[in-house]
Parts: sequence; structure tokens; C-alpha cells
Amino acid sequence: MNIPIINSIVSYLRGDGAVILPEIELVLFGLGILVIDFWIEQKEKYMNAGLALAGTVFSAFTLWRLRAAVVARGEFAGFHDSVVVDPFFLFFSVLFLAATALVILLSVKFLDIEREQEGEYYALLLFACVGMMLMASGIDLIVLFLGLETMALSFYVLTGFLRREKRSNEAALKYVLLGAFSSGILAYGFSILYGLSGATSLGGITSALARRENLVHVVALSRLPSAQGQQMHDLLARQLPIALNFDPLTLQLLPVLAFVLVTVGLFFKVAAAPFHQWAPDVYEGAPTPVAAYVSVASKTASFALLLRLFTSVFTPSQKTSQEQWMYLIAGVAVASLTWGNLAALTQTNVKRLLAYSSISHVGYILLGLVAWNKTAFTGIAFYLFAYVFMTAGAFAVIIVLRQKGLIGEELEDLNGLYQRSPAAAVLLLIFMLSLAGIPPTAGFMGKYFIFLSLIETHHPVLAVFAVLYIVPALYYYFRIVVHAWLKQPGEAPRPVITSAQAVALGVAVFVTLAAGLYPEPFTKLAQYAFGQ
Amino acid sequence: MDFFAHHILSVVLFTPLAGALLMLFIPRENELAHKIAGNIFGVLGFLVSLPLVRWFKPEWGGFTFQETADWIPSIGAKYHLGLDGISLLLVMLTTFLGMIAILSSWSAIHLRTKEYYILLLLLQTGMIGVFVSLDFFLFYVFWEVMLVPMYFLIGVWGSDRRLYAAIKFFLYTLAGSVVMLLAILALYFYAPVLAGGTRTFDVPTLLAAAQHFSDPLKVWLFWGFFFAFAIKVPMFPFHTWLPDAHTEAPTAGSVILAGVLLKMGTYGFIRFSLPLLPSDPLLRHKIIQIVIVLSIIGIIYGALVCLMQKDMKRLIAYSSVSHLGFCTLGIFALTPNGLAGSVLQQINHGISTGALFLIVGVLYERRHTRMISEFGGLATPMPNFAAIYLIISLSSLGMPLLNGFIGEFTILQGAFQVSKAWAAWGSLGVVLGAAYLLWLYQRVMFGPVTQFANEDLPDLNLREYATLVPLVILAFWIGIYPKPFFALIEKPVENIVRQVNPDFYKAEHAKLPPAELPAAAAEMK
Repeated sequence: MNIPIINSIVSYLRGDGAVILPEIELVLFGLGILVIDFWIEQKEKYMNAGLALAGTVFSAFTLWRLRAAVVARGEFAGFHDSVVVDPFFLFFSVLFLAATALVILLSVKFLDIEREQEGEYYALLLFACVGMMLMASGIDLIVLFLGLETMALSFYVLTGFLRREKRSNEAALKYVLLGAFSSGILAYGFSILYGLSGATSLGGITSALARRENLVHVVALSRLPSAQGQQMHDLLARQLPIALNFDPLTLQLLPVLAFVLVTVGLFFKVAAAPFHQWAPDVYEGAPTPVAAYVSVASKTASFALLLRLFTSVFTPSQKTSQEQWMYLIAGVAVASLTWGNLAALTQTNVKRLLAYSSISHVGYILLGLVAWNKTAFTGIAFYLFAYVFMTAGAFAVIIVLRQKGLIGEELEDLNGLYQRSPAAAVLLLIFMLSLAGIPPTAGFMGKYFIFLSLIETHHPVLAVFAVLYIVPALYYYFRIVVHAWLKQPGEAPRPVITSAQAVALGVAVFVTLAAGLYPEPFTKLAQYAFGQ
Repeated sequence: MDFFAHHILSVVLFTPLAGALLMLFIPRENELAHKIAGNIFGVLGFLVSLPLVRWFKPEWGGFTFQETADWIPSIGAKYHLGLDGISLLLVMLTTFLGMIAILSSWSAIHLRTKEYYILLLLLQTGMIGVFVSLDFFLFYVFWEVMLVPMYFLIGVWGSDRRLYAAIKFFLYTLAGSVVMLLAILALYFYAPVLAGGTRTFDVPTLLAAAQHFSDPLKVWLFWGFFFAFAIKVPMFPFHTWLPDAHTEAPTAGSVILAGVLLKMGTYGFIRFSLPLLPSDPLLRHKIIQIVIVLSIIGIIYGALVCLMQKDMKRLIAYSSVSHLGFCTLGIFALTPNGLAGSVLQQINHGISTGALFLIVGVLYERRHTRMISEFGGLATPMPNFAAIYLIISLSSLGMPLLNGFIGEFTILQGAFQVSKAWAAWGSLGVVLGAAYLLWLYQRVMFGPVTQFANEDLPDLNLREYATLVPLVILAFWIGIYPKPFFALIEKPVENIVRQVNPDFYKAEHAKLPPAELPAAAAEMK
């Protein structure tokens, strides 16, 4: 057998193709869904979900094989060093796939009720996942930006997927406008980075920036009125006369500007205060499974991108520059904690409440960035891991509540959930405890690592801030619990849990509890993500 | 049997949990089965804890029945249990009061019976876990986990303002415990790394390491732990959650709250706070002064507020503030008498106040009110009840031959050795305690029957006897022959005082009459 086209495909898959094989599979399945959707009867549209699910399983299996390859020969890159397969990518991709699978399982019945059961929906979920995986695997600004936009565009459409629903349309529009705005800021930051270094690969930018920092140092030295200063001045005059005209302050300003623009753009994406305004509206208007997806996966993916940049381009080469950007991040973290927690106190819509609570979770994760040591890396990875499952679980309960004739998003709709569906109420309690950070749940372990890293890096004030915000957080999470457990049920019907929803809930609650009761394997996994 | 002997603490710890899990499988509609199962597991929980007393060797001052297993090796958290005399008494108090609290709920709870008993059993496991954990991580997990069942006990089965009281209880305790979490993490981080490069959460190891910390660090750690325990105890000014929670909780919840939950605070003081006192005598003196002043304010303030209460349950709740003030006074006197008295008084308070809450529960089940003004002259329709109530009141106010006297007397003795003023203020608290408890008794029990509804109140039934009589027996036992109780805690108390207040024993030796030595020397010649 020697068919040229097959041969070229095989050789491609052995080379560069292997690096993005999980993404390729998802794209193929997504395209497949779009095609097959034409032949599927309206009442059999749920088969699209099965296909999408199969896509995630295939992709996850490929990740498993890639992991073996990474174990065997270390991390490897493709496409002229613009996409990499390393533990970081593997860890985050597994998270994205898990989130995607959970959302697919939760969507089927929801779309039936909304009478929007379409193939495009599942295809878009897969495409968004592809974008997220590229955000985790890209080590080139172009790839990263493309990944980000692939994800964001899919999300804009998904948010407005309920065409007949005003709120959904409004949310989509808001999301598009603010998303485009923030992408613009991010792109501006990227362009400055490119201008500074003449490279788009993260490695190239990193070394160019390091050289530049040395140059700034030398120029600053040459201005000193000492003998050494004179020496430096002479050296520059011989080797790089143009540098004598540079102003050290301006030289320093551009990398700072790039840093600020990139981080602000990403703060928009992760919904950190004060760049969070879109989140509550989008969560409230979007179809609930999409809200869960935005909350869980887009946030995690943006954090993956942020971490990728921070571990390479913005890695502090000097102690002083680290302190400078730490202040910015610590400020945003504290703002997110404060704003998220306080605004959540008064919400009456559960989705809005979860939106504000997710802002406060961003605050905790950013505190891990501030600490920036080994424990903090473990903490960030663990926190994101726990966050994906517990938040997906919390949204899942809300989705279960969505019945024909009942929206089920207001706190009042939860009244007496315990009498109507004890299992849902118990699950809701577990997710709320985990979100609040009460042991023995995954949420507590995530917070544990973050707090420990703050103590290790001598940030006691931030640590006290962070722990004390657990108290208001518990208050608003328990407002949900009070409605579900302690209020009398009204007219609302008993929620019926489909088997797909049951599987999603079961997975979410299993991980939430297992990572709290026996965190050892999950800790190892989190450490693996950062190559520890 | 061998397995049982080696894992006795795990068995004691998880028997209630196993009971709760088994009860999940009993159908919801079968209320009676839940009641029976709940009581069986309550009694079983107490029975499996009895061998602890039998096998415990008071001469050995350290931790016994230790069990260790790896839990989270990557951070050094272990499943490590152990027991010394102090925690033994508290564990026995927990299992005993738990059994009684479960029995006392038989006819009081009709709503969601299944969940009620499951939560009570979960609570048992949480509380026992706090007392037997020798690993800070494990300790924290139990400390927090226990809040959830208590929240629901108050929130579902409480009286009118139950939602407010429940969340207030949760938030107050949580605020303290998250700060404690930071203190634990700091202790964990600043302690030297073990051989092999791992860290540990082991309580004895960390507390031993803390002895070598600098004083400022110790002071920070001390306050970090202090808030958690002070809120739990509760000390003045952190006490405001207590009257609400105690008053709104169902009877069994109040018994457990007052009897056991508050003791977690005092236990924490003894076990974790005392070793963190700074070694500089001046600094330490300052801290102790603050804590003692708060304790004394608690004693007096709690008692004065009691005099003003119109609600029986609220009165007894405030009396806890006063009584727990004695316990903290005894602890921070840092003398063997003070500490031993404090531990015994914690047990006494569990017995007396637990019984007082049961008594209010008895009245509440009959009249569905707790207002003092609704009662009067109850001694006529309920003579046996009157007798038991009187004994319990006297035990609570510190009448000789009853348990309260032994505890308060020993505490005051211990305080007196340090400062006469402390003892004087404490004694004032005893007097006020007699005032509010006797006045309450007088208003409720004596005189003519004021309300028509009270004329035919039935006296105690068999089940109520079964809950109250064991407590009365214990009250007499401790009051007449407290020696076995003191024997259990003598060694650990001595160890603690030697560690945190070594000057005390030096001073004691200096005071010994020097006469004997010359006599002996003369004989030798």
C-alpha cells in the first residue's frame, strides 16, 4: 500500500500533527456534527451530543498517549516552536475536556426545554475547547491569540444561542463588545511585545526582553557621574552610540506598558475586578450550560494563557521588577475579593450570585500569582481544578432545576428543594461548602495551598484578607442553602434528573469530595502541571 | 478483639458516623425505626468509648492509644489520633452527653426525624475528632466539619429566630477558625523541616518546635489561635452568638452546644494556646493579664445579664458565659490547681448545664414556652421534677458535695495562688451565680401555681428520668469523690505547667519547710 496522500497524512501526524492531534480530533468531530446534523430528525438531535462526547473522549485518549510520549522523551514542540506539548498543556487540556464533557451532558435536556436543540451548539462547544487547548499549548503570540479568539468567538455565539430570548441576545451583545474591547487591549500589548523584541515566540521575546533589561541597566549606569559611569559611557559610545540618546525611564516604560496591557486584557477575560462588569450579565443571560462553560472553562483557559506568559515572558529577572508587578496583581486580587464577595451578598439570581462568587475565586487564584513560589503553583493548579468541578456542579444543580414552565434561577425557585429532591439538595450543599472552602472538600484544599504560599512568601496581611473573606462568602453560599434546605417548598414541581445530568452531577461531586478527602493524587497532578 | 484494641480511638470516632451512614438506608417514612436506630447508635457510641477508661493508665502522662497512618504525604498531613487524660475526660463527656441528647429528643422531634438523628450522629464524630486529633490538619478538618450539622440542627429544628441564630453561629465560629487556619499554616511553615525534607502537621512535634520560636512570632501565633478558641468558648466580647444559638437550638442541640462544643475552645486553649505563650515573662504576663481580665468580665457580666433574663433558656445560655469564664480563669492562672480545676469544671459544666437545658426542654415540651413569667409554683404538680431541678441548680451554683463546688473551688484556689484579686472577683461570680440560679428556681418552682395551664402538668416520665438521673448521679459522684477524675488529669496538667510556667514549681520547692533535711542529716550522723 503506497498511496501518496495517506503517506503524507501519516508523516504529518508523526511530525507536527502529533502536537495538535487532540485539537484536530475535536475539530473533525465538530465538523462532522455540522454535516451529520442535516440528516438528523429534530427529535433525535440529542445524538449530536453523543458525537460531541465521543469527540472529547477521543481527544482525552490522545492526550493520554501524548502523556506517555512526554514521559518517554520530555516535552516537545512543533510548527517551528509555536505549539508545545508539556505537562502544563496536558493538565489544562484535561480540565478543558472535562469541562466540555460536563457541559455537553448538561446541555441535552436544557436545549430540549428551550427548543433550541441544534447541532451547531455542540460543534461550537468543541471549537471553543479547541481554542482553549491552543491557549494552553501555544508558545507563540499568534497561536495564543488565535486560540483565545477561537474560544471567544464560539462563546459569543453560544451566549446568544437562545434566539427567542431577549436576555440571551443582550448578554451576547455585551459579551461581544467587551470581549472585542479586551481582545483589542491584549492585541495592543502583544504588538508592543513584538515591537520590543522582533519575535512572536515566547522564548524569543523572553531573551530579547532580558537583553533589553541589561541595556537599560547599562544606560542607567552610564549616566552615573562616577568613574564606573564614565567607563560605561565610553563603552556605549564605542559599541552602540545610539544608546547614549536613550532615556532609561522611557526604555523601561515600554515593557511595563506591554505588561500592563496584556494583563489588563487577560483580567477582562478572567473577570477580575475592576474588569468584571460583563460577567454577571453574561452569566445571567446566557443559556445556563453556556454560563457554566464560560465560568469554568473560559476562566481556566485565560488563566492558562496568563500563567504561560508569566512563566516565560514576564518571569521576573530581578527582584525589583517582580515587586512592581506584584503590587498590580495584589491590588487586582484584593479588589476582586472585595467586589466579588460584597456584591454577591445581595444577589437574588443564583446565576448572578455565582458570577460574583467566581470573581472572588479569581481573587484567590491571583493571590497565588502574587505569592509565586512552588506551593503557589500547586495551589493555582489545584484551585483551578477544584473550581472547574465544584462550579460546574453548582451550575448543574441549577440546570437540573430548569423544568418546563420553571426557570429555576431565582433564589426563591430553590425553596424547599430538599423536600422536592433530597439528592439535588445534598449535592448543592456539598458544592456550596466546597465553593466556600469548608473542609473536607476540594475547594478547601485549593485555598489551603494559596494561603500557605502567602504565608511562605511573607504576605501575612494579604493572607488575613483572604481568609476573612471566607466568612461573607459562606454567608451568601448559605443563602442558597437556606432556600434549598430550610424554606418551605412552594408550587414548584419536583425536578426530574435525566441520566446525563446524573452522570455530570456524579462526576462533579465525586471529584469535589475525593479531592477533599484524599487530596494526595490530586496534589500530585497539580504539581505535575508545573513540572514539579 | 485485637483489632479493636489497637484501633480503639478510630472505633470510637467512627461509630457514630457508621451509624449515620446506616441510617441513610432506612426509609424516610419509618420514624420509629429512625428513633430506635439513633438511640442504639448513641448508646453504642458510649459503650465503645468505655474501654478507653478501663485501659487508660493515668500514671503515663503522654498520649496513649495512638494511631498513625499516612493521609496526604505530599504535605505531611497524617491521620494521627491520640488521647491523654484531659482529652479522655472530654471524649467521655461527648459520648455520654451525645447518648443523653439523642435520648432526650424522642418525643420532641417530629419533623424530618431521619435527618435529625443523622446530623446528631455526624456531630458526634466531628466533636470526638476534635478531641482526639493529634494532627493539626485533621484537627482543623474536624473543627470545621462539625459546624455544618450544628448549623442544620439549629436551622431546621430551632425555634422562631432559628435562621438568624444558625447563620450567626456559623459565621462567628468560622471567622475565628479561618484565622486559626493561618496560625496553623504559619506554625507549619516556621517549624524546622523534618529529616527527609518533609514538613509535618504533627501536634506534639510542632508544639515542641514552637518552643524555639522567637517571642514576636509566638505572640502572633498565640493571638491567631486565641480568636478561634475565644469565640468558641465564648469569652467576653466574642460571646454574642451564644445566647442566640443556645436559645434557638432544639433541646438536644443546646445540650451538645453547651456541654461539648464550648469545651472545644477551652480544650484548644489548654492544648495549643498555652505552649505558644511567649517565654519573656513580662510579655507573657501582659497577655495573661488581658485574657484573665476578659475571663473575669465574662464571669461577672454573664452573671449580671442572667439576672435580667425573662427567658429560661436564654438565662441558662448566659450562665454558660459566666461558667466558662471560670474555666478560662483557671487555665490562664497557669497553676496545677487552676488547670486541673478548669478541666474538671468543664466536665461539670457539661453535666450541670446540659441537665439544665434538659430541664428547660422538659418544661418546653409540656407548655411550649420558655418564659419565666409563664411558670410558678411548679413544685406542687411536679414534685420529683422539683427535686431533680433543685439538685442540678445547686450543682451548677457550686454547692459543696456537688460537682460544681469542687471545680470552682479548685479554680479559685489556683487563681488565689497567683493573685488574690482574681480569686476575689471569681468568688463574686460564685455569689452572683447562686443568686440568679436560685432566683430562677424560686420564680419557676415555688409559691402558688400562678397559671391555670400549669396545674396539672405531668411529672417526669421514665424517659426523662433516664436522661436526668445519670447526670444527677455524676454530679454527686464528682462532688463527693472527685479523686479518680483528678487522677486522670494530674499528669498532663503537671506536664503543661512544667512547660509553660516552670517558675511555679521552683517557687513551690522554695516554700517547702527546710526542717526535714537537717533532721535526716542529724540521723545520719
